[in-house]
Amino acid sequence: MSRFHFHPCGNFKTSYEKELSVFETDFGRLWVIIGLIILYCVIPFVMSPYLIYILNIIGIYAITSIGLNLLIGYSGQISLGQGAFFGVGAYTAAILATKAGFPFLLAIPSAGIVTAGVGMIFGIPSIRLKHLYLCIATLAGQLIIDYLFVHWEGLTGGAEGIIISDATIFGIDISNDKLFYYIIFLCLVLAIWVAVNIIRTRFGRAFIAIRDNDRAAEGMGIPIFRYKLMAFAVSSLYAGFAGGLYAFYLMSVTPEPFNLWKSIEFIAMIIIGGLGSVSGSIFGTVFIVALNELLSHVTGFLMNFGATAGLAVTIAPLREFVFGLAIVLFILFEPKGLAEVWRVIRSSFRLWPFSY
Amino acid sequence: MEFFLQLLVNGVSLGLLYALSALGFVMIFKSSSVLNFAHGELIAIGAFLFLVLSTWADLPIILSFILTLAGSFALGFIIERLFLRPLIGENLIQVIMLTLGISIMFKGMLLFIFGGDIYDYPRFLPEGLTVELGYIRIDSVYMAAFIIGIVFLLLFGFFFKYSSQGIYMRSVADNQPASLSLGVHVKRVFALSWAIAGLVAAMSGIILGIINGINVHGLTSVGLKVFPVVILGGLDSIGGAILGGIIIGLLETFTGGYISGSLREIIPYIVLVFILMVKPYGLFGLKEIERV
Repeated sequence: MSRFHFHPCGNFKTSYEKELSVFETDFGRLWVIIGLIILYCVIPFVMSPYLIYILNIIGIYAITSIGLNLLIGYSGQISLGQGAFFGVGAYTAAILATKAGFPFLLAIPSAGIVTAGVGMIFGIPSIRLKHLYLCIATLAGQLIIDYLFVHWEGLTGGAEGIIISDATIFGIDISNDKLFYYIIFLCLVLAIWVAVNIIRTRFGRAFIAIRDNDRAAEGMGIPIFRYKLMAFAVSSLYAGFAGGLYAFYLMSVTPEPFNLWKSIEFIAMIIIGGLGSVSGSIFGTVFIVALNELLSHVTGFLMNFGATAGLAVTIAPLREFVFGLAIVLFILFEPKGLAEVWRVIRSSFRLWPFSY
Repeated sequence: MEFFLQLLVNGVSLGLLYALSALGFVMIFKSSSVLNFAHGELIAIGAFLFLVLSTWADLPIILSFILTLAGSFALGFIIERLFLRPLIGENLIQVIMLTLGISIMFKGMLLFIFGGDIYDYPRFLPEGLTVELGYIRIDSVYMAAFIIGIVFLLLFGFFFKYSSQGIYMRSVADNQPASLSLGVHVKRVFALSWAIAGLVAAMSGIILGIINGINVHGLTSVGLKVFPVVILGGLDSIGGAILGGIIIGLLETFTGGYISGSLREIIPYIVLVFILMVKPYGLFGLKEIERV
């Protein structure tokens, strides 16, 4: 840790290693260590159980959004199906746990792998379709998977869903929030680490090349179909993994949470957070989950107000309105998302008193 | 046999309704290449506007009809001006998310004002439009939809082919920089196409409202149904939208009648995936050929 330099003013790297490194200076590593200490040692003991529940949900959705950002932000393949893949992961984990007796540690990775397979199947249209046609194909895929969740009763239990009774790791019962917090955030750190490293290597560079101009990428020798399928597989792996965690956390899986609205929420998370940035996915997830909770509280508060009790039922749609408004305002005024805002703040600290 | 014929007639009528709803969608796509996810909400707003004007404000039917059409024309114009103009030339995912955000906003607003109830229009269609051939009965509403569909098809056909604004629209759809350099006022073309789309959406909203009752969820879900229709017909072809609508309508009614009621909802999307794999540009769409 002898290199506590300042950031250099400009872009001067003397080796490929230095260019590919995740942190330019050791301050970044220091912040990561401090952040991990706060995350694991301070927060679980300070926060109320409700906030820990919220943090768990943020963690699970963050894993999914990182996957989606790998697909949309880095590879340019627009997919409206992430909610369905999230659901496939949840159902797979639930079915493996209840019907095949898989333990927790085995069910979740298996859910991820099965979802990666399903994702690859839905990525097959990407060989022929681009941009908006791919978008519509994934929309159709989302609706079809939705339909299957409800109607394939033998496998998924129909509209009632599946209930997972106590989950255990090596005999320790993990059905309380705090323990799950550690598990989820361990998985999140792992997911971030894997994602950042995928982006650093040739896979990430191939994804970015495909996003920017896939015909040119093909001309340069990148087998685009293989990499597009890989992008779908990786993002579905993330979604399935997170879905498995979700199933075990909530202990019951029903078809309602995995509809088109959830897919739209995930896309909103990465757009508000910033396309093409892992930290952006996390910012976006925190924003959307916090917005949802805030709106629920505000509408609950307004409904309890004596005067507006008569309009109780009709206040609820305001949530949707504000959600849509947030998406529209972000796209109009800050299309690069919160990651850009954060980057500007950081660089203004770094460059002070200069402005660029 | 009568069952088959009745299903056939129902299917064609349903299909024409879908086709009418898809017309506005195709209009917007044809000129500005924007996938309008908010089309279902435009349909719903048109229907509710007519409801408000004819029942709550108690205006005569003809006047409220004209005012509804004018209002949706203006609404389409306003949406384009406020929301889409800043995004000209931006990434596709941003535009899609913007229209999705607009659709969520409008749906929330409609639910807030009107709730989830089903409303009804006062009866105003002349009963003489009902046609009965033997066992088959075509309601006056469906006849009205048929007539309006034909009228709009002809109107739009002539508009695009012969009027100057129509030609401007086609040129912008074909090659924007070229038409800019030739002096076409592209922004005005975008505004006009959104405005006309709003008008057609309101039209189909009114007809859907007469058939199914005016209900926010029912009307906005038509917005999703539009996708299989336009993909089948070709995203930038108006005749294709009509044909695609009829095919999807027939497909739905026959599946519902012969196979199962629940499969009927999902079969358009399965067909959509199939069409996208085999013929992504639909029956009449223009192919974009890319060679490496």
